[in-house]
Formats: sequence, C-alpha cells, structure tokens
Amino acid sequence: MPACSRRPAALLLALATSLLLASCGDSSNQTRLTVTGSSTVAPLMAEIALQFEKNHPDVRVDVQTGGSSRGVADARRGLADIGMASRALNDDESDLTAHTIAYDGIGMIVHADNPVRALSPQQIIDIYQGRIDNWQAVGGPDAQIIVVNKAQGRSTLEIFLEHFELAAPSIKADVVIGDNEQGIKTVAGNPYALGYVSIGAAEYAVGADEPLRLLPLEGVEASTANVRNQRYPMRRPLNLVTRGPLEGPAAALVAHAQSSSVDPLIRQLYFVIPQR
Amino acid sequence: MISPQRVDATLLAALRISAGLAGVLLLIIFFFMAAESWAGLRDIGPLRFVLDASWHPEPAAANGSFRITAMVAATLAATAGAVVLATPLAIGAALFLRFYAPPGLAGPFKRIVELLAGVPSVVYGFWGLVVLVPLLATLGGPGQSLLAGILILTLMILPTITLLAHAALVSVPPAYLQAAAALGMSRWTTIRSVALPAARGGLFTGIVLGTGRAAGETMAVLMVCGNIVQLPDSLLAPVRTLTANIALEMAYALGDHRAALFVSGLVLMLLVTGLVLAVARLDASSGRFRHG
Repeated sequence: MPACSRRPAALLLALATSLLLASCGDSSNQTRLTVTGSSTVAPLMAEIALQFEKNHPDVRVDVQTGGSSRGVADARRGLADIGMASRALNDDESDLTAHTIAYDGIGMIVHADNPVRALSPQQIIDIYQGRIDNWQAVGGPDAQIIVVNKAQGRSTLEIFLEHFELAAPSIKADVVIGDNEQGIKTVAGNPYALGYVSIGAAEYAVGADEPLRLLPLEGVEASTANVRNQRYPMRRPLNLVTRGPLEGPAAALVAHAQSSSVDPLIRQLYFVIPQR
Repeated sequence: MISPQRVDATLLAALRISAGLAGVLLLIIFFFMAAESWAGLRDIGPLRFVLDASWHPEPAAANGSFRITAMVAATLAATAGAVVLATPLAIGAALFLRFYAPPGLAGPFKRIVELLAGVPSVVYGFWGLVVLVPLLATLGGPGQSLLAGILILTLMILPTITLLAHAALVSVPPAYLQAAAALGMSRWTTIRSVALPAARGGLFTGIVLGTGRAAGETMAVLMVCGNIVQLPDSLLAPVRTLTANIALEMAYALGDHRAALFVSGLVLMLLVTGLVLAVARLDASSGRFRHG
C-alpha cells in the first residue's frame, strides 16, 4: 500500500522534471534559416534540412508549409530565407531566382488486365467530366469506367487539373483517394479503374508486381526517365526560391539541396531526381 | 510508516484528480474545437453548411461551397448499419462463449476475440481495400462503397461489443442462474428471461462504445468507402464520412477550408454525444419497462 501511495508523487516529479528540461533546451548561438511555402516540397525539404543540420550543427532549419504563393511572397518580402514553390516562376516574379531540387511527374494508371493502351488528352477530359463512362467508347471492354480522383488540396490533383485545364467541381469521380499508395491499391484491385498517381510511386508498384500499367501521355511513355529529360508533359519542378545574391548558410543549404547527396531522399518521396 | 488514513486520503486525492482530469480533458477538447471552428462559423455562417450546393471548399469562404449534410448522412448510415449488423452477432457470440461453448473452446475463442479487438484499424482498412473491395466490385460499381464501410466497421466493433457483452453476462449473479435452474427453466429461457435482462446495462455499454468507435473510425473507412461526397442512393454507392473528410483534407487545408473541417469535427462530436445520450435513454426506458 505505501508503495502505491508514493506513485502519484513520483509521477508528478517526473513530469515536472521533464517540463523543466524541455524548457531549457533552447540555447541559441545558432543561425536560424526559415524555409516556407509549398506543401509538396515541404516533406522533401524537411528531410533535406535534417540531413543538412547533421553536417552543420550550428544551423537550425525551420520548414513551414503554406502553399507555393506563400513561399514566393515570403522570399520576396524577406520573411523567409528561402521559399518553396511547386511550380516554375511566373513572368512577374523575375526578381526571384528558382533553384530546382526535384521534379514531380503524374502518370495515368489502369489495371494490368485493361486492354486499353493509351488515352488521348480529350478522352481523359471526357472521362473525368463524365461524358464517357464506358471503356467501350475508348476501345476497351463493355464495362463502366471507375474514375479515381484525388482529394481536394493534394498537389497531384493540382497538377492534373492544371494540365488538363479542368475545374475541381466539374469532375465526376467514383472514388476519391488520399495518398499515392491508396490510389495504386484501388486501381490494382479494380480491372476497370482509371486513376493518376506520382510516376515514381507507380513505377515502384509495377516493380513490386502490382497488376498496374502506366499509360503514355501525348505519345510519351510515363517514366521517371522521361520526367527527368523533360519530355513527359504532366510534370512540374519543385523549386527553392530566393531573392538577391545567395550567401552564408542559405547558399550552403541550397547547394546541398541540389547535390547528389539528397538523391535517396528524393527517391524515397517518389519524386524525380533532376539531371545533375 | 504511513498511517492507513493517510494512504486513504492520498488515494482519494489521486482518484479525484484523475476523475477530474477526464472531465476537464473533454471540456478542453470541446472548447478547442469550438475555438478553431469559430472563424469558420463566423465567415461561412452555420446555414451554408446545410444550404450550399456542394462540398467544394476554398481557403476564402466566398469562393467555396461548404455543404456537409451528405457526409453527416454517410456517417450516420455507416454507423447505424454496422451497429445493426454487429449487435446481434456480438451478443450471439457472447452468449455462446458464456453458456454454450465447451471450456476447451471458450478460452481460445475469447483470446481470438480479444486479439481482433486489438487489430489496428489501418490493418482492417488495408484488408478491406485489397480483399473486400475487389469482391464487392464484382457486384458492379467501384467496390469502394457504403456497404464496404458497413462491413469493415461491423468487423471492427464486433469484438468490442462481444467482449463487453460477455463481461456483462459473466457478472450476472450466479444465484439468479441457480434459481432459474431450480425452477426447471431451459437454458434458452434462462438466457432470455434472466441473464439478458440482468446484463442489460453492460450490453448497452457495449453498444454505446461500439457506436462511438464506428462513428469515429477514420482510416479504415477512408480506405474502403470511396470518399465521394454524395447522398448514397444504394449500398454499393461510394460515400464520404465526416472523419474521412477531415483526414483527407486537413493536411492541405488553409483558412476557412481548415476552419470548415474543424466545424465538421465539432458536428461529429455532437453527433456522437447525441448517439450516446440516445442509447442511454433507450437503456433507461427499457429498464422502466422491465420493472414496470
């Protein structure tokens, strides 16, 4: 019994100690770099930052998300040392410099048993807007097309909409998915499904013997190689955005992000390594 | 040495704190949800969650549309379906375990049910996606559907209800059962008119917890329901529940879109509270009926 009664006190003591320790961990003669912007680039940049901090213990990198527009705006106004944007810079943003750290390519996928070998952009648009709902209309079997779409806000959806110039509310989907893995499992589990995922993720799944096939787009095979050499159309660059001359730790971080030591991190997130 | 009175007083204080903590925690969560929702309720207005044309949220309230009624309906339909399917199965399993299973079987069977209760929901979801959904797709449609959600949720809440029902049946005083036996009642009559009524409270607790788990389940539902925001016109139609909506969109939501997701979380919390209260009322009124 006495042992029992001492336990809450011990627990409180442990709690208080841990709070105390947590509060005095912030010793600051460190340089702090703030990186803000695209939620697509952020997961990759967070990994790169961790790797960078290991080699530069005197630098702390703070990665925050908030969309590509915030990345550009923050870099321009100096609120962030480096901005992140999952698109090329526009003409009115020529005061900034873009440093491409990776590419993201999106591929259309069907089940391996699906006899359809290619879809034209117009056919894809018609299918996603509900004007074509049977595979027969595009040279396939007499079966309903199961249209797989991405959830609102996902960057994959944004690239897809932008490429085919579609508005989100005009899409008539049968299944809405979250991440690439769910998209792959959905299409691999339904012979009549049509979806789109990151090409890197799809290539990995095909390599792991998932019954899946990437469709070519505009005659170009959907492969990470074709995203890298910029032949494949449905892709976009993942950029770091800076203003003015780069120096100090910010220059070191950008250089690190463009070096081959981040290749495993890029591959891990199914992005495409740029030509170095 | 600490005196027994001292021990008692310390223990009482500790118990008061932990009991208070549970209550305070609920209040804190509620106020947090309300505070995060506030911007959404102010900018979007509560009516638009019901009257807007669809769910196509945007970070700025004026550009988006925010109707969540179809998702509320989907949550209710999936939960109700799962509870209706799981309850009789679970009570049947509990009765078998308590009254019919030979001792050699009862032990392993109970272990298996306990293991089932501990399987992480994402595993159920994954199994649903690669096994159940392709099976349902052969019936037509995408396979990811309200029915897939109901079946997965049934599977998930079945062990919860079974274990609580079994615990309730075990705690029926043996004297009741001995008296029933002495009156020459058959086993089934004993179960129907003695054991089940006496265990009623525990059975309802099981159903309440099962209902809560079904309504709050996220990952598994997200993986098998198809996530189309629509009122289901058949069991094979895909639906999106409130929880799936939050999980799908929260990571990328900004501004009023984010606030709208918190509003849907608040609605879900109120919904679960309502369901729990409703079941509790049912419990109370059926109690009056029994003794009346």
